[in-house]
Amino acid sequence: MGKWTRRAFITTGVLTGGALVIGVAIRPGNRAGKVKDLIAGEGDTVLNIWLKVNEDNTITVIVPHAEMGQGVHTTLPMMLADEMDADWKTIKMLEAPGNKEYANYAMGKGFLMGPKDIPSILIGTVDGFFLTATKQISLQMTGGSSSVRFTGMFAMRVAGAAARAVLLEAASEEWEVAAEELVVKNSTISHPASNRMAPFASFVVKAANLSQPAKPRLKTSEEFTIMGTSPPRLDIPSKVDGTANFGIDVVLPNMKYATIKASPVFGAKAKSLEASAIKDMPGVHKIVNLEGAIAVIADGYWLAKNALNALPIEFDKSDHDTVGLNDIYDKYLRDMDIAIAEGNEEKDVKKGSIKDIFKEATNVIEAEYRVPYLAHATMEPMNCTALVKEDGCEIWVGSQNPLGFADSIAEVLDMDKENVVVHNQYLGGGFGRRTVPDVAIQAALIAKEVDYPVKLIWSREEDIQQDHYREANVSRFKASLNDKGQIDAWNNQFVFKHDPEEAPHIPYGVDNQFIHYTNSETHIPWGYWRSVDSSMHAFFTESFMDELANKANKDPYQFRREHLTNAPRFLKVLDLAAEKSNWGEALPANWGRGISLHQSFGTIVAQVAEIEIVEDRLKVHRVVCAADPGFAFHPDGFNAQMESGIVFGLTAALYGEISIENGAIKQSNFHDYQMLRMEESPKIETYIVTSDNWPGGAGEPSTPCIAPALTNAIFNVSGIRIRELPVKNHELKADPKILG
Amino acid sequence: MKLNINNTIHEVDVDPATPLLWVIREQLGLTGTKFGCGIGQCGACTVQLDGLAIRSCLTPIQAAADKEITTIEGISDQDTGLHALQKAWIEEQVPQCGYCQSGQILSAHALLSKTTSPTDEDIDMAMNGNICRCGTYSRIKSGIKLAAEELRNTSTIKILNNGEVD
Repeated sequence: MGKWTRRAFITTGVLTGGALVIGVAIRPGNRAGKVKDLIAGEGDTVLNIWLKVNEDNTITVIVPHAEMGQGVHTTLPMMLADEMDADWKTIKMLEAPGNKEYANYAMGKGFLMGPKDIPSILIGTVDGFFLTATKQISLQMTGGSSSVRFTGMFAMRVAGAAARAVLLEAASEEWEVAAEELVVKNSTISHPASNRMAPFASFVVKAANLSQPAKPRLKTSEEFTIMGTSPPRLDIPSKVDGTANFGIDVVLPNMKYATIKASPVFGAKAKSLEASAIKDMPGVHKIVNLEGAIAVIADGYWLAKNALNALPIEFDKSDHDTVGLNDIYDKYLRDMDIAIAEGNEEKDVKKGSIKDIFKEATNVIEAEYRVPYLAHATMEPMNCTALVKEDGCEIWVGSQNPLGFADSIAEVLDMDKENVVVHNQYLGGGFGRRTVPDVAIQAALIAKEVDYPVKLIWSREEDIQQDHYREANVSRFKASLNDKGQIDAWNNQFVFKHDPEEAPHIPYGVDNQFIHYTNSETHIPWGYWRSVDSSMHAFFTESFMDELANKANKDPYQFRREHLTNAPRFLKVLDLAAEKSNWGEALPANWGRGISLHQSFGTIVAQVAEIEIVEDRLKVHRVVCAADPGFAFHPDGFNAQMESGIVFGLTAALYGEISIENGAIKQSNFHDYQMLRMEESPKIETYIVTSDNWPGGAGEPSTPCIAPALTNAIFNVSGIRIRELPVKNHELKADPKILG
Repeated sequence: MKLNINNTIHEVDVDPATPLLWVIREQLGLTGTKFGCGIGQCGACTVQLDGLAIRSCLTPIQAAADKEITTIEGISDQDTGLHALQKAWIEEQVPQCGYCQSGQILSAHALLSKTTSPTDEDIDMAMNGNICRCGTYSRIKSGIKLAAEELRNTSTIKILNNGEVD
């Protein structure tokens, strides 16, 4: 590092002795004072709400998202640091507190830029996201593959660039030289003409008084020095030596442990119970009846669990006691038929006139697909530690939505939101599950009954049976092919529509389309599950495309190509996957390939699965994944997310099945809700396409494609068309005649 | 009852049927070892008993008395810092959520203590009891191979310094 001026040391010296916070001009309605209380430490100057500069010239980036393995605690600071021209080696990360000062913000349309400053091309994207976020009550959410493409792009980069601008302005005034003569690099500002150099810290007090530009100039990708590189993730060292603190690892003075059993049939209440069975058990303190669930507090989890098992817990009868999965499917089909008969389907896409086409069509193909319910099964079972006092509540939890959790708890405890403090911890897997505050609400209600902190831990059985599930679904298709083997009409009906908006849409040029859905209420709780609706629609649409290719007597890759003449981005990704997977080249006997293409959360993904069927056993050897996220800000992290999403989706495609019996979930633990293990894990190759498009997500977009790539490969080698997941329920056998 | 964990003797007063996992986590505060399923299916609770990888959620502490118990907190070397596996995990950027990784590392550690040059099949066999929901399997495999190589190189140097071959 170059020489520091004498003035630099004097200025930083002046700062010693406490935090100094001045103006956050880039945010309407200055709340800097409150932010200071939340984030500033000794020697810190809060420059804007997303960053503070310490007198030792380290910069701390405030990240309003939870770390659950997606690397956001590294990638977001990279985006800010690069725009600021900060020294990456001295960057620190602080997760934003679960406080309203950090809500309505990170993803906010009004944040930093203001609505009129958003280029019109992005307004649809932003509005779409806002709709989603609004539905979820809170905006401090980690989900929707949104951290980089919204928080990173709208908050981090702008905050970094704005901070750089005022630091530069402060240096220019201080040294009385033109800003154009100054060079900003590695958290220092230098003036080569006079051979002066000083750290950011020496200008930060002055800079904090200056008005920060609302729309500073952002770097072009050619100017990036940190974005687009893959520095080691900041959270990883603590995850190899056992020191990372997950929600379940929180330890508080006088803390006791609780575990719980909720009604297996959702919504039923517990009968009052005879507690004598456990009254003499040592270390067991209290039974808490939460109406829909019974909890036991004890000196340890094991003691609480044994006591809970010994209790004669019974639940009231419910209207749903006899419901099975087939009843649910029957209801879906009935509601779908009624909707068509009454013409009140929810219309999603309507183009041209399928009616006219089907009237004349000679080659009509129909198919129906099904997927079952799925649980999340995060490795860390649901848990939350709570301490409730008369005037407030504190919870320690791994949450994808700390503010939403605080709101829910405030409501059930009848407290002001300001008096509920959420201490967010690392998440031992999220996948959407940790957006639901159920366990935190339970923990708060249990802790309310005692005057010490309680750590509530769910058993794995509770985790599988009390989830909020990816729904079971039915998707019906009807399409017609013309004499050139092209699709003329596409009719698709299914139940429910959540996110992402584009999940059931096809990129293919089909002039006549009718995509529609029907709601069909059940008593099974629904929740966001990695890639949400896309987790099933890619299977539906891409399986049906494969069936159509087969009917048209065309290669499934070429058939897709022919329908992508007006979709060059999709075509490029599909071509890359085909090329890298050696599509069309001969494979050994009993091997097959399947291809799929799907866009979700702003990223286009194509995959080719290469499989082998030996006897009746399936082996997935290799998955080639091509993806266009616009730009990968941390390419190794992006690849890791593609790998992770594929294993997650492959697990569901092969084994994932939550079934309903007598109104309750049948499966209970990893022995009957099976996970992919190392020996079954395929070789995964990821190829990134960089384009000029707005950045897409990373956490979810690779999950949807793997199921259809797999089942299309199964068809390729066996002629067996899988129309209902999971694959484990089907008998497989390679057909030597097919490949020849 | 006395437990020897990471070469430190701990005196605990709990029901001898209590699973080792909960004693390690709740009585002794070693929270690096995780609870995952409670039925020995996922491997998140893996620790070593006399060098063998076991599931601590199913092992009553009476079965662990008089044995050397090793947890994630005990595998780094006081002189050289992180164990070769931990370094390799950082090098390969293995963990995502990280919850299963203590168990993964303890299973890998047990493998490498017996098999210095594991094949893919050896690794599959040793690691099949450890679920990773984030799907970091291929990176775990790379990490094990990298650590194995590092350990082989280190032991070679030791042999040369001693001036004799084992």
